[in-house]
Formats: sequence, C-alpha cells, structure tokens
Amino acid sequence: MEFGPHLMLAMLEGLVQASVLTLTALGLSLVFGVMRVVNVAHGEFFMLGAVFSWWITQAVGASPALGFIAALLLAPLLVGLIAALADWLVLRRIEYDPERTIVATIGLLYIIQQLTLMSFGPDARPVPPPFNSRIALPWFEWGEGGLSLYWPWGLSITSYKLFVILAAPAVLAALWLVMARSRLGLVLRATRIDGEIARTFAIPVEKVYALVFGIGAALAALGAVLVVPIQQAHYLMGGDPLLLSFIVVIIGGLGSLRGTVLAAVLIGMSDGIISVFFTPTLAKIIATLLVAMVLVFRPEGLFGERRA
Amino acid sequence: MQGDWTMKRKSLNGALTRRNVLKGAGALGAAGAATALPGVARMAWAAGSDQPIRIGFQVHRTGIGATYGRWYERVTNAATRVINEAGGINGRPVEIVAEDDGTDPKRGAEVVEKFANQHECDIAYGTLFSHVVIGSAPRAGELKIPYFVVSEGHHVASGMLNRYTLQPGITDVKSQVQAMAPFVAENLGRKVTMIFPDFAFGHNHRDFFSEAITAQGGEVLEKIAIPPTETSFTKYFARIPRDTEVLYHVMVGPSVLTFVKEMGEFFGGAGPALFGFIDSLEGVDIATPGLEFLEGSYFWEGMPRYAQPDDPDYVKYYREQVGLDDNGASVDDPKDVSTNAHMFACWETLFTIKKGMEDAGYRGPQDRAALIEAVEAIDIMLPGREHPQGAKVFNGRTHQVFGEQYISRVKKGRLEVQHHTAIEEGFYPDEVDYTKQPL
Repeated sequence: MEFGPHLMLAMLEGLVQASVLTLTALGLSLVFGVMRVVNVAHGEFFMLGAVFSWWITQAVGASPALGFIAALLLAPLLVGLIAALADWLVLRRIEYDPERTIVATIGLLYIIQQLTLMSFGPDARPVPPPFNSRIALPWFEWGEGGLSLYWPWGLSITSYKLFVILAAPAVLAALWLVMARSRLGLVLRATRIDGEIARTFAIPVEKVYALVFGIGAALAALGAVLVVPIQQAHYLMGGDPLLLSFIVVIIGGLGSLRGTVLAAVLIGMSDGIISVFFTPTLAKIIATLLVAMVLVFRPEGLFGERRA
Repeated sequence: MQGDWTMKRKSLNGALTRRNVLKGAGALGAAGAATALPGVARMAWAAGSDQPIRIGFQVHRTGIGATYGRWYERVTNAATRVINEAGGINGRPVEIVAEDDGTDPKRGAEVVEKFANQHECDIAYGTLFSHVVIGSAPRAGELKIPYFVVSEGHHVASGMLNRYTLQPGITDVKSQVQAMAPFVAENLGRKVTMIFPDFAFGHNHRDFFSEAITAQGGEVLEKIAIPPTETSFTKYFARIPRDTEVLYHVMVGPSVLTFVKEMGEFFGGAGPALFGFIDSLEGVDIATPGLEFLEGSYFWEGMPRYAQPDDPDYVKYYREQVGLDDNGASVDDPKDVSTNAHMFACWETLFTIKKGMEDAGYRGPQDRAALIEAVEAIDIMLPGREHPQGAKVFNGRTHQVFGEQYISRVKKGRLEVQHHTAIEEGFYPDEVDYTKQPL
C-alpha cells in the first residue's frame, strides 16, 4: 500500500480500537477514582459483556438488529448487576483494603472466567453485526490532469466500524452529563473527593460503591457489546482489554476521566498505527515503555492530581 | 540409506495410486473390519485378559485449541467403540483416559506425567497443537511412555523430539506444503504472500512453503506472522504487497472466522487469488454470512469436509461412525461444524496403535519398547475402514507418516475436491533416524 492510504487505514483501525478502549478504561478509572480500588477482574467484565451479547442475540433470534439492540441494553445491565453483587459480597467485607482488594479481584477474575467456560463452553462465538456494508474510501493523487480521486485496494471501512467510532463519543457525552449535571453525579463526585465527609452528609457510601463498581463493569461490557460483532466472544478475551485499560489509566492519571479519554485515544491510535506500519508486538512494547516513563517522570499520570 | 528408502517407497507407490488401491485393497480393509460384530467382541474378551488397555488421551478441551479438541474427542470415542466392538486389542478392551491440557505446553507435560505415573496408562496419545507437542514430548521420552501425536507439525520428522514420540496418523506440514506448491504455482500464480500463525506450526508453513514455491520458480513477496491469540486482522492485511498474485493463508485460534471475514472486507471483491489451508476455517461453516467472497477460492484439506459424490464405502462408514452429515457438521447439530481435515488422523492413529500392539504381542508397560519397534516396522497402510483418509506410507526412521493431500474449491458455499496429490509428492530426505536412539 502507498503511504497515504496506508496511514488512513491505520488511523481508522486505531479509532475503532480507541473507541472501545475509551469505554473500557473509563470503567476502570471510574472505579479507582471513586473507590480507590484496583479492579483486576475488569477484563473479565468486558469478556462477560461479549459472551452475554452472544447469548442474548442467540435468544432473541429474530433479526441481527433486534438482537443487537437487546444486547446493547441488557448485557451491560446484567454485567453491572453481577459486579455490584460481587462488590456487596466480597469487596465490602474486606473493607476495600487496597492489597486485599487486588487479591480478591484476582480471585474474581478466575471465578468469572471458569464459570463462563463451564456454562458457555470454550468456543469463540460470532455475533452478527446489526448492519454491515463495506465502504470503499477514495484517495487522491496528482496525475497529469491535476488532482484526481481513486479507490486504492484495501482502503475501506465497514458501516458498523464507523458506528463504533461514533457510538463511543455519544456514550462519553452521556456519562459526562450524568457526572456533571445530575444529582447522582454530585453524589459520585462527593464520594470521590472524600468518602468520610460524604458519609457525614448522609451519602450512603457503601451503596454508592456498589453502584460505581456496577457502572464500571457495565462500561466495560458496553465496550464489549460494541466490539463483539467485529471480533468474537470467547472466555479468554479479557486479557488484552485489562492490560490496555491499565496502561491507559496509568498514563492518563488514575481516577482522572479526562486523562483516561485522552490516553485511550492516544494508545488506541498509536496501537493501530504502529501495528499497521510495524508489528502489534512493537505497539505493545512502546505502550508499556510509555507507562514506565510516565511512572518514572510523572507518577500521578498526565492529568492525575498529586496526592499528599 | 535415505535414497534407498525413497526408492523403495516410490516403487511401492507405483502400485499404490489412490483409485487402484481403493478398488483393490479396499475390499481387504473392509474384510478386516467385518469383524465388527458385538457377539464376536464378547467372545474375544472372554479369551483374553479383561484388564483394559489404557490410552491416555491428551485433549485440548479448553484454550485456543478447544474446537479441535471437541472433535478429536468425538472421533477418538467413535474409533474406540469400533475397536472394542470388534474385540478390542489383543482380546482386551480399550479404555480412553481423557485429560484436558488447556492447549498449554506446560500443562501438556504434566498431563503426560499423570498418564504415566498416576493413571497407569499404557501409552499417551492425541495432541494437536505443535507447541503442546514440543512441550510434552521430552517428558514422554524421559518417562519412556510411547506418545502418539496427531499434530501435523514437522517437529517429529525434524529430529527435535525423541524415539518415544510418533506421528503415524497425519502427514506433516513440510510434506503437505511441498505437495501443494506445484498446484499453486501452475494454477494460481507465482508471486505469493504468506499469512501464518506466529508459532512452531506457522513457522513450518513459512519455511517449507517458501522453499517449495521457490523450487517451482515462484517467490514469496511477504511473510506476515500473526499471533494465534490475535483478534483483529485488518492491520496485517495492509502489509500485503500490491503485486501479490496468490495470498496463501493459514490461521488457527479462536478468531479464525474474524480473520477470514476481515480478509473479505479488506479486498472487497478485488485482490489476489486465495489459497488457504482449511485450518483458517476449521470448525466454521463456509456458508456463514460474510464469507461469500471465498467462492471460487482453493483450500488444502487433509480429508474432505463435505461428502463427495465418489466417496468410497469406507469413507461413508467413517463419517457415519463419527456422526458427520454431508456438510461435515454434527448429525445432531448442523451448526456444529467439524475439523475433519485433521480429526480423521485420531481414528487412523488409534488403528495404527492397535496394529502395533498386535504385532508386538503387547501385554503391558513392560512391552512399551516392543510397541515402538513394532510401529517403526509398519510400512504401507492400505485405505479402508482403518485408514479412511487414504493410503499411507510410514517412515519408521523419522516416525512420520506420508499420505495424499486434497485440494478443494469453494463452489456454492461447499468445498468440492478438485485435485489430490500422490503420496510421493510429499516425500523428502530423512532428517533423523530415531531407530538409532536407545529405547
């Protein structure tokens, strides 16, 4: 491929990845921001979202579009409920102690993964996209007659991928509205800033924690519902989203939503571009190196607040 | 010595062209399997020991090989039932002791160890993924437990493993691709780009197909390695050079359907001719929406997935026993598509184990060395109920079998066999003589 169309293809692929990553990483960041706990099982909530999406589409059966809408509504809800339940049963009892939470969520990771394997089996499950047509994209070149358009081989995107790229900002905007404008957002922000003081103002902090843990997982599940018509649902798919989410959240600043979004776009795009021009392994190496650099020179992340 | 071996096989093969053997010796195979009468079985067991022969079955029930594992297990159970109904082995019933290896090399070695020390198995058998074989075989060698793999990798014949590891059921990748290269060069093109999974099995494809196509006057323009756990593929396709005439693809792992779909979306109806190893679509229905672009493209198959009009009786018998419908899916669930291009080899390996044990007069673990020697002495395998994929030649020195390969074309969403290669097209000089290693 020539450089121009190649770069454009890389950027489109990067944007799809960045969109899904933004939602997934936001979930992780939200949980850390409000609850100060590191959720190692986050990738498994992503996987659950994907597997439930397959399960719901199968159950609806009718048209792929109907199944997709049902999955879009139900899968994040189900995953959110499971996460809230896990919070209530496990994390609350260990009082959100940072070290014990890490160990507990590692346990949660394996429980969710193995239960999924036992109930849904080891196969990769495809989910039909609600709509999918290939859109060939033109490129320009300087010919004898000046500037002209042509359609290079391979430069294309599908309508569904385009939808994913547009859906992520829409969800982001909705989340921002909730956080900034609603009473719920006020409660969340208050709990994030200081849980103790929030409690004295009669905010039921434990319920807020369960809710936040649920919302965090639901965001990961939403990302998975969006991506699963492009990829496939599989019980081992939670590893990569977890790693990338951690990278994004560390670079962006733990708990900073703005930083998370910017870092997700940065990592998603660079991963797409470096993968296309070099190798996906190099993309991961560079992202991890970036994390090391951030940790050394700016441990609070690009947008994180310094804590005393 | 090698030359002698090849010459010998060539002369044998003169008489061993597929259709000849099918017609002539096929009757022989059918006669052998005609003992498949339950009454005879009971009588035979009464005559021998009723202690079962225990075959440790290392199976990919979970992990990236799970689709293959499910079908390997079905075929293994079917073949075991057939063997037991015909009187078992040396008058003893066969018992399969299955253990999941998670498609993981470390776990694979542990499973082999369990077979030898804990389950008291006579032999170990059944592994597919090459990294699991490579991880497990050294342990099998140390424990001196015969280890029959069904893997395709060149690792057995390359000499990197040991005398206790044998591959008598399926042709290795080196032989397969050597037989494919002339067809690709003559019918599809000579400028090839290769896409393959980035582990031992894929590297076999990369190295040996490059060699083979160069020998045909072709060249490989680009070699694109993809990790088998990858989930998104468009970024790799962008590296395919514009002057590619043939795209050679072979992919494994949970995302093979995404791989092929994205390949179709990338080219959008244009693009080079496609030649794939059916691995890229094992366990996946060719008629899945989004795969229409494959119409007219070619695939290697170890054994045809779809029932062919000229299938001999023993192929029909095999498909019936395994539970395959005409589309190569499960008779119980048409969506459960098989991995027939590989799994036939489980059936054949079990019958080869049976023959080896009978030739060696196998009684128990004290006869393991005699079993290895008896299998090494096996030479020609005639097509029939025991070997439904076709005739084979086993090389006792390299512990590797050689067989015919099928090239099929997608027509109306089905694979139709267009060409099959002769056994000798896959021969190459020996790279090891395991019989010189101590037992």
